[in-house]
Parts: sequence; structure tokens; C-alpha cells
Amino acid sequence: MTQLVIIAIYLALLLALGGVASRLFRGTSSDYMLASHSIGPFLLLMSLFGTTMTAFALIGSTGEAYKEGVGVYGLLASSSGIIHSLCFFTIGIRLWSFGQRHGYRTQIQFFRDRLESDRIGLLLFPILVGLIIPYLLIGVIGAGGVINGVTRGAFVDYGWFEDYGFGVPGWLAKLVICGVVLLYVFFGGMRGTAWANTFQTIVFMVMGVVTFYVIADRLGGQDSLLANLRAASQAVSDTKLIRGEHISKLKFLTYMFVPLSVGMFPHLFQHWLTARSASSFKLPIVAHPIFIMIVWVPCVLVGVWATSDLAAVPDSIRPNQVLSYLVKNLAGDVLGGLLTAGILAAIMSSLDSQFLCIGSMFTNDIVVHYAGKDRFNDKQIITIARAFVVAIVAVTFLLSLAEPRRVFTLGVWCFSGFSSLFPLVFAAVYWRGLTKAGAYASILVAISSWLVFFQQSHFAKDPAYTFLGMMPVATMIACSTAALIVVSLLTQSPGEATLAKFFRR
Amino acid sequence: MRYVVWGLVLLLIVLHQDVWFWDDATLVFGFLPITLLFHAGISLSAAVVWYMATKFCWPDDLEDHVIEVVREEQQA
Repeated sequence: MTQLVIIAIYLALLLALGGVASRLFRGTSSDYMLASHSIGPFLLLMSLFGTTMTAFALIGSTGEAYKEGVGVYGLLASSSGIIHSLCFFTIGIRLWSFGQRHGYRTQIQFFRDRLESDRIGLLLFPILVGLIIPYLLIGVIGAGGVINGVTRGAFVDYGWFEDYGFGVPGWLAKLVICGVVLLYVFFGGMRGTAWANTFQTIVFMVMGVVTFYVIADRLGGQDSLLANLRAASQAVSDTKLIRGEHISKLKFLTYMFVPLSVGMFPHLFQHWLTARSASSFKLPIVAHPIFIMIVWVPCVLVGVWATSDLAAVPDSIRPNQVLSYLVKNLAGDVLGGLLTAGILAAIMSSLDSQFLCIGSMFTNDIVVHYAGKDRFNDKQIITIARAFVVAIVAVTFLLSLAEPRRVFTLGVWCFSGFSSLFPLVFAAVYWRGLTKAGAYASILVAISSWLVFFQQSHFAKDPAYTFLGMMPVATMIACSTAALIVVSLLTQSPGEATLAKFFRR
Repeated sequence: MRYVVWGLVLLLIVLHQDVWFWDDATLVFGFLPITLLFHAGISLSAAVVWYMATKFCWPDDLEDHVIEVVREEQQA
């Protein structure tokens, strides 16, 4: 019950923060979707970091390290530190400048303009929305599972929710999480989202470090922190301290293509546009790898410690439950509640941006685009955007009730899909020779190859699936890049007027 | 300097492969697996390299161009 109270307080704090942010709302659609381009370096850093780190940052990293050993840090964390900042630097700043100069609010507006093609929006829209939905589901389903897991037994005295282990039912937890995120996105818009992300990022970073300290203390049972760390690590089998046979060298190398997805995430595009100036990007570019390290190193160590006899984790515990199990058994109810708040923080700081982004895309790329700019006034545009946010939250909640079992594996596939579109955004920003036909070819080849590999992996049933020993994303990127270059070289470049909008001589 | 920075980014990507500690289970300071320490070092080095990028490769012209365009629009 203590944990439930802490979670309730945390959610109430978030709503209060959304309420404060909504008081600063300027009443324009630009403010609702892009916070009037007012976000400075610190809020931008926290927003970008909070958005890119999902539930996987705490529970997934611990679980993967429990299963595969310490190599998971190199696979997912240090590579992201290099590649995410690379995307912010090479793509983010340039898209920010185009957004400022030409008034874009969504990726599709940029691509329509840059490629002189209205219909490219119709091709990209379902692909981007389709790839982001599994990502949303990961968050909502994860939140439901976490809240049910930590509150089991809380209602045993009342005899409530027996079918759910006397804890908060998963469907109710999902409903509450969706409701809280909906409220602060609905009223606070992008400013509320940025503030909430900042608060939540601080919460999950602090909780990750505190949890690490407490678990080390309980597992080690020595007098000092260093002695505890040594006792915990020295009890771990050597096979978990190396990469060894857990992963092949070629797969490790090609895994580095997965974080390129950041360059094509529509919700990150929207966050980039919120920046007050190009200089606001400097802090996120430099601090992002350090933030990843602060969150991931403790979680990976806890994950490998859990494999030792000191932790005595039962075989029935699944990798994604390892962190909750350790906290529940070693840290007590208060820390358990706080850690749960931290996990929910990591989940919700991604969900909010994604909900707002899809709402903005429906509004700008479909409704306003096809109805005509003069058809609606600014207040009506805000109302439409809010209506779409409500609809998307409702659809996501309903889909999450089906609990597709392979949703976590689907996450890597959805990232790979975005990565396969990276050559398109890179060429759009840097290559004058990119043509409309080249862009279509690249998108169609990226998605076709994604579908072929997805089918070959038995629709994500086989999480170890590789193509020629490599992550399939490497081949997808190679194919989409080749199609983009070859077709662009064979077809006519955009007109000089368009090129002049995006390239300076 | 610009080429040095981009060279360092490439070097980070090469060093990230870390084949030399692949099967090394040494615990540095008695508790930190050497490959994890190495990769934490990659994260810190990435921050240093990206700091250099913001110092020596920053596209100042982009911001100037935006300010110029916005001013022109305001005047119009």
C-alpha cells in the first residue's frame, strides 16, 4: 500500500506541474505544438534525453544485463551516446533552422516542401504513425505491468482485485497512466510536456543511482561502499563479465545502426523545433552521452549482480522483472515506491511527446493541409490538435488491452524501421541532388526490405534473427541508400527555387 | 581542426568495437568489469569529442541566417 500511495503522490505532482505549465500557455497553436520556440538548453537536454530513454533505460537495461551480461552497455548505451549526439548535431540543428525559416511543425511538412511533392506526405504518414504505435504500446503495457507488479497484495485486506493478485489491475493502471499523460499534454501542450519531461528525467536518474547504492549495500553486506561493490561483483560468474558468446562481433558492429532511428523519430523532430536558438543544442549534444552513462552503468551492474548467488533470484523471475524483484526484496516499500515512480517517469516522458506529436501530425499534415490553411482559425487548430491527442490516447489504451506478447521485440523492429529511413533525412539536409523519385524509391525499398525481414523473423517471434550474421537494419539502410542514390542520379533534381530555400551557395 | 574532430568521431566508432576486451573478465578496482569501464570511457570521450565539435565545427552561419530571415520577415 505504501508503494501505491507514493505512486499516487507522484502522479498528482505531475498533474500539478501540467497545471502550472498550462497557465503559461499563450493560446496559439505554435505555442501548443512548439512552445513558441522558447525552450532553452537545459529544458531541451532534459526533453531530448527523457524522450529517447523509455522503460528500457531502467528495467530493460537491468534485465538484458541479467540475461546477456555487461556487453549490453556497449550494444545499446555507449553506441547511443555517439550516434544520438551525431544526429542532434548533423540533423537536428539543420532541421531546426529550416523549421524557423519556413514555419514547419512536422517532418512531413519539411519533406513535402524539400521534395516538391505533396503525395510524399501520404506515403510517409502511415509509415511514421505505424512505426510509432508499437513504441507507444511498449510504454503503456510496461506501465501497466510495473504498477500491477509492485502493488500485488496491497488490497488483500479488502479482498479487492483477487484476479490480479490483489494489486491494481493492469488495465486500470494503463488507464490512469494514459489519463495523467493526456491531462498534462491536453492542457500544457509542448511546454507542459517539456516541463514534465524535465521533472521526470530528474526523477528517474536520481532513483536509478539511489537504487544502485541501496542494492549494493544490501547485497554486499560490508562496511563501506567500495567493499560492497567488490563483494557484489566478485560473486558474479566470469561469463557475465564478458561478451564472449552472448553476441557475435558482426552483430555487435551492425547494432550500431539501430540508434540512427533518432534522426527520423517524428517526436524528436518536434522537440528540435522547440529550441530557442541553435546554441540551445550545444548542451544536449555534449551531455547526452554522460546522462546515458549515469543511468545505464548502475543498471547494468545491478543486472549482472542479480545473476550471483548473493541475489538468489528465482528462475521464475523473467529478466524484465529482475529490478522490481531486487528492489522489493532488498530495498523495502518506500524505495520500491520511489523506484516505481522513477520507472513510470521514464515511460511517461516518452509517451507524452509521442502523443503530442501524432496529434500534431494529424492536425497539420492531414486536416489543415487538405482543408486549406485559411479554413480554420488558430483556436480551432488547437481544438483539433487536442481532439486528435484524446483520440490517439484512447486508441493506444484500447490496443494495449490486447497485450501483444512480442511487443518488446517489436520495439527493436520499430527502431530499425525508422533507421532505414535515415538516409532520406540525411540526403534531404545535405545533398542537393536528392530528387522526388529518389526519395520515393528510398522509402519504398526501406519499407519493403523491413517487411521481408520482419516476415523472415516470423513477425518478431525470433528475437535472435539476423541476416548474413548482421542485424537486418544494416541491410535495410544499405538498400534504401542505394535506391536513393541511383534513382536520384537518374532523375531530375528539384528546381533552383526549392534548392535555394535549403542550400546556401 | 574540423577534420580532427570528425576523425575523432570515426575513431570513437572504431574503438567502440572493443574486440580487445571481448573475453577479458578482469575487475578493475575489484568491482568494475573492464569492458564496462572501457565503454563508460567511450561515453565520456564522446562527450569530450562532441564538446570539441560544438567549439570547432559549429555552424554559426545557420543561426545568423535564421536571424536574417526573421528580421526580413518582420520588416516586410
